[in-house]
Amino acid sequence: MHELSICSAIAQTAMDHAGGRAVRRVRLRVGHFRQVVPDTLTYCWDLQTRGGPLDGCTLDVEHVPAVVVCRSCGESTGLSHPILVCGACQSREVELVSGEEFLIESIDVAEEVS
Amino acid sequence: MGRFHRHADGTDHSHDDHSHDHDPLHDHSHHHDHDHPHDHDHRDVGDHSGYATGVERVEVLEAILGENDRVAAANRAELAGHGVRTVNLMSSPGAGKTSLLRRTIPALAGRLRVGILEGDIATSIDADALTDLGAAVSLVNTADGFGGECHLDAVMVRSGLTRLPLADLDLLVIENVGNLVCPAEFDVGQDARAMVYAITEGEEKPLKYPVMFRTADVVVVNKIDLLPHLDFDLDAFRANLAAVNPTATVIELSARTGDGLDPWLDWLAAVAAG
Repeated sequence: MHELSICSAIAQTAMDHAGGRAVRRVRLRVGHFRQVVPDTLTYCWDLQTRGGPLDGCTLDVEHVPAVVVCRSCGESTGLSHPILVCGACQSREVELVSGEEFLIESIDVAEEVS
Repeated sequence: MGRFHRHADGTDHSHDDHSHDHDPLHDHSHHHDHDHPHDHDHRDVGDHSGYATGVERVEVLEAILGENDRVAAANRAELAGHGVRTVNLMSSPGAGKTSLLRRTIPALAGRLRVGILEGDIATSIDADALTDLGAAVSLVNTADGFGGECHLDAVMVRSGLTRLPLADLDLLVIENVGNLVCPAEFDVGQDARAMVYAITEGEEKPLKYPVMFRTADVVVVNKIDLLPHLDFDLDAFRANLAAVNPTATVIELSARTGDGLDPWLDWLAAVAAG
């Protein structure tokens, strides 16, 4: 349950980039292997933003699938479980190329200073 | 709570004082000089449906924990400046972190000068258990000014570092809050990550908590003295661990009896040697 402190960090970064304008929406990219529950995150976001400068700001959480590239057969395959194995040839010689993202991608701000 | 309601420029954007059903022609002054590219949509979003203004998308592309990572880098630099190498020690509650440290500190006496940064949500019980052993101990209670967090973050560790004689240390062990989830997400400025796993926890734990097991450079398999008394399949555990972290060093020991401690001491010495 570290979603509250994560929301605090998201809010600070969003406001740093808003230049004083009202932030209407924050878009996140969260990899499959990050230990964040999107519903919990949006719940905590509503709790933390209520009554403050980000009141009413929507949090969009985009889930990024986990993908490995195999060094043996060259295939890219998705992973549902955190076991690093090629889905095509079962080799363990794989590189995780997505699934660990934890990014604030963009924000929507009001066009004028509120 | 509410700590992010402060703006860096000191402004207060409280929206408590207006209703959200107001007329779009209310007394906001709407200067719309649209000379910027309009590749965004004009849907009103959130609860501000009464706003007549559109929205502009601003690309951010920053790590959510970027600020934590910056403080962690500062911690790492400060520790390196004093010649201190640092281990972030993590586990579930009750796996034996403190018991392992009670064995470790006296065993390293004369070999390494050890400091402990003890993280707990509340109480000084663990810190008290370590203070008579000759190591410098700094306690961080996350319930004391840090919201009772379930993990240590870089800022909490930074506060704890100020109470340690860094110039007199070779190795700092940060005993994180007992938790198999959150501590794995937060860089605190360590050089290596160690986790203690107790065989009483069950063989499946690496699969259930893969992020924690994947982050660990070394997994100490504790309470190995209980093996004859448990229905614990050590080979199944090793296979599960290898599935999520094939490169982890695995050290089986008993913090209670001290059996198997030497490889752990050698691993710490190797970290301290850089």
